[in-house]
Amino acid sequence: VSPLLLSRIQFAFTVSFHIIFPAFTIGLAAWLAFLETLRLATGRPLYRELFDFWLKIFAISFGLGVVSGIVMAFEFGTNWSELSLRTGPIQGPLLGYESFTAFALEASFFGVLIFGRKRVGAGFYLFSCIMVCLGTSLSAFWIMVNNSWMQWPTGYAVDARGLFVPTDWSAIIFSPAVWVRFPHMLLAAYITGAFCVAATGAWYVLGGRLHAQATAMLRMGLGLAAVLVPLQLFFGHLTGDFVHDKQPAKFAAIEGRWHDEKPAAEVIIALPDEKMETNHWQVAVPILGSLIASMRFDSKEVGLTDFSKDERPPVIIPFFAFRIMVGCGLIMLALAWYGSWLAARGHLYRKRWLLWTIFLSFPLGFIATLTGWFTSEVGRQPWIVYGQMKTAEGLTPSLSTPEVAFSLLLFAAIYLFIFLAGMTYIYRLLSIGPGAPAASGGTNPKRPLSVPGESPGVLVREENP
Amino acid sequence: VIEFWASALALAILLYVLLDGFDLGIGILYGFARTETCKRHMVEAVAPIWDGNETWLVIAAAVLFGAFPLVYSLLLSAFYIPLVLLLGGLTLRSVAFEFREKSTRLKAVWDFGFTAGSFVAAFVQGCAVGALVMGLPNTNGRFTGGAFFWAKPFPILCGLGLSLGYALIGAAWLIRKTDGDLRERSYRQALWLLAALGLFLVLAFIVALKLDLRVMNRWIERPILAIFPLIGIAGGGALVFGLGRRQDPLPFVGSVLLFLAAYGTLGASFLPYMVPFSITITDAAAPPASLSFLFWFAGIIVLPLTLIYTVVAYAVFRGKVRTDAEHY
Repeated sequence: VSPLLLSRIQFAFTVSFHIIFPAFTIGLAAWLAFLETLRLATGRPLYRELFDFWLKIFAISFGLGVVSGIVMAFEFGTNWSELSLRTGPIQGPLLGYESFTAFALEASFFGVLIFGRKRVGAGFYLFSCIMVCLGTSLSAFWIMVNNSWMQWPTGYAVDARGLFVPTDWSAIIFSPAVWVRFPHMLLAAYITGAFCVAATGAWYVLGGRLHAQATAMLRMGLGLAAVLVPLQLFFGHLTGDFVHDKQPAKFAAIEGRWHDEKPAAEVIIALPDEKMETNHWQVAVPILGSLIASMRFDSKEVGLTDFSKDERPPVIIPFFAFRIMVGCGLIMLALAWYGSWLAARGHLYRKRWLLWTIFLSFPLGFIATLTGWFTSEVGRQPWIVYGQMKTAEGLTPSLSTPEVAFSLLLFAAIYLFIFLAGMTYIYRLLSIGPGAPAASGGTNPKRPLSVPGESPGVLVREENP
Repeated sequence: VIEFWASALALAILLYVLLDGFDLGIGILYGFARTETCKRHMVEAVAPIWDGNETWLVIAAAVLFGAFPLVYSLLLSAFYIPLVLLLGGLTLRSVAFEFREKSTRLKAVWDFGFTAGSFVAAFVQGCAVGALVMGLPNTNGRFTGGAFFWAKPFPILCGLGLSLGYALIGAAWLIRKTDGDLRERSYRQALWLLAALGLFLVLAFIVALKLDLRVMNRWIERPILAIFPLIGIAGGGALVFGLGRRQDPLPFVGSVLLFLAAYGTLGASFLPYMVPFSITITDAAAPPASLSFLFWFAGIIVLPLTLIYTVVAYAVFRGKVRTDAEHY
């Protein structure tokens, strides 16, 4: 096993674990701002209960995002030193901005959210909610600018030492890639949040408790998703157009298209075979491929064999990851529309099979987000900076296999541990439900595990001094 | 702008060393605490602030990547194993810190994790500094050494020395923040630690002379550097006086002065190099376009904001930890 492969696995593993929390947090921040607005507008105590409840979950998730992000801040240098050396003048400030945005947020408005309910006016509290919502989105924005630059580098020049030097920041920030991919990611986060809220509501209805809060969550979660999922399909389509125009090899891998076709068929499902350069058990619809790719009936679409073997991405992962993502999206669309329609007619709460489906659909948003990223990142291979620098060139030259094996094992243990602990606490909070008295006053952003639940260890000490 | 970011980085690292230094030190001393009351007061003396202390580590990494990508890529790739251990140690101690309160049966395991994580984190930081002083093998900013190039006697000595130093400033913090048995105990420990640290400094000096480190020549070239040992002596004096006369705030002030002296000596003898004797600050700096881009928001808004946040957090938490809490 090469250090390159292990480093790629390590980065994929750590970043996949990390993204779960920000994706959830961005969605929840928007949801909290929405709830607080409703509360101010209507004055109903229900919204306050829901707000307090989801704020606790937000705090844990935010903290887990910060904790799991610390490793990321170092990994660029430890495993990808050539990349950070050569693209540092561009990626360094962009990723620096991401960290700084997160800290600025944590040091200011997040504190108001957690500690300030009684200390600031209602208007300022709402303002803080909106700022937290903007701040988490802004954090995601910098990550998307950075990643979009790796997907489609612009606004730079390569100097004599081989460094990528920024020549035009606005070209980097306002790159066309950013403005289709950032909304796509943002919507993914909102939909993920919406489905978690709806699934929690469904869970309480199935358990026959917390009826008022549960139905409110179901209605609002599904309603938001019913609007956002179609919008997401639209931005997904724009992202697809971008890939079609700028990254044809990735597009061909996603489509499972090996040879040029005119007009092109759309492969619905198949098993791509990279050795034989063909698909097994293929189900395809003629002409649809041209229609999807170019909006025409007779366009010629590019196949993978146009690219030399060392410039082709792996096919299996983008091919299946893309189909899983779209599949999750379509299931969520069906659930959101059907569920909202039934809810509007008041039938939803009796359809137990549908409630069960909604409850069990809470991971769909996460799965779609992760598989979307797999499509995007694996599809960019073998490039780390598209068309400019291969992934193999970005690796730390001095790295050896045992070193990366050691770090991978250690990080795997750490992340699994953090993740399991975090999930346990979120599960505990969810099972208590909204409306319960606040368990333990305030919390601290980087101490997610200090938030909820009793501390039996403390009690024992007090009983037996 | 280069000067701005170089100072920001120096400040971030200094704050990290001072702030996380004392809470890592308390983590190390924690391993020697026997009674539950003692342990609990130690935990309470750092609970509200330790996470904020670690923020400065991430800020230092972000500034390093944003403003000095060359050094970021060199240092992080050179110290691969120590960094992985550092991250592992810091995570272990933070998880242990929280879980110990929630657990009844596994308390001993979490206690061990807290101490072990703290010690590993402190030790590898010291090793890294020691190895940096000896020089990083590199050509044009690309690391050319092996995975364990830092595992030599001098860096290991520095690792132990920094652990002692952290334990000392940790004990001084406990003296300042607590009362009763724990404070008495910390007074005794601080005295031992001060003696041990003095011994370490002498030992390190002898080894450095034997190795004929280039850093040492700097002290002869630049007599102005003598100001730092003077600060160090003042710090040592404050410590001895404070420990002898039982002036609670003094030992901490003294330890901070000691750290300032050591940090200043190192920093000033590196200048204008960032990685001693191979990469200067100017070599390492990102192009002006990158530095000024980072300056306009991160530099003039976020850094001051985070500083204010730190000051406020400490102001809220001033005074002694209330030890009568156990009677409620």
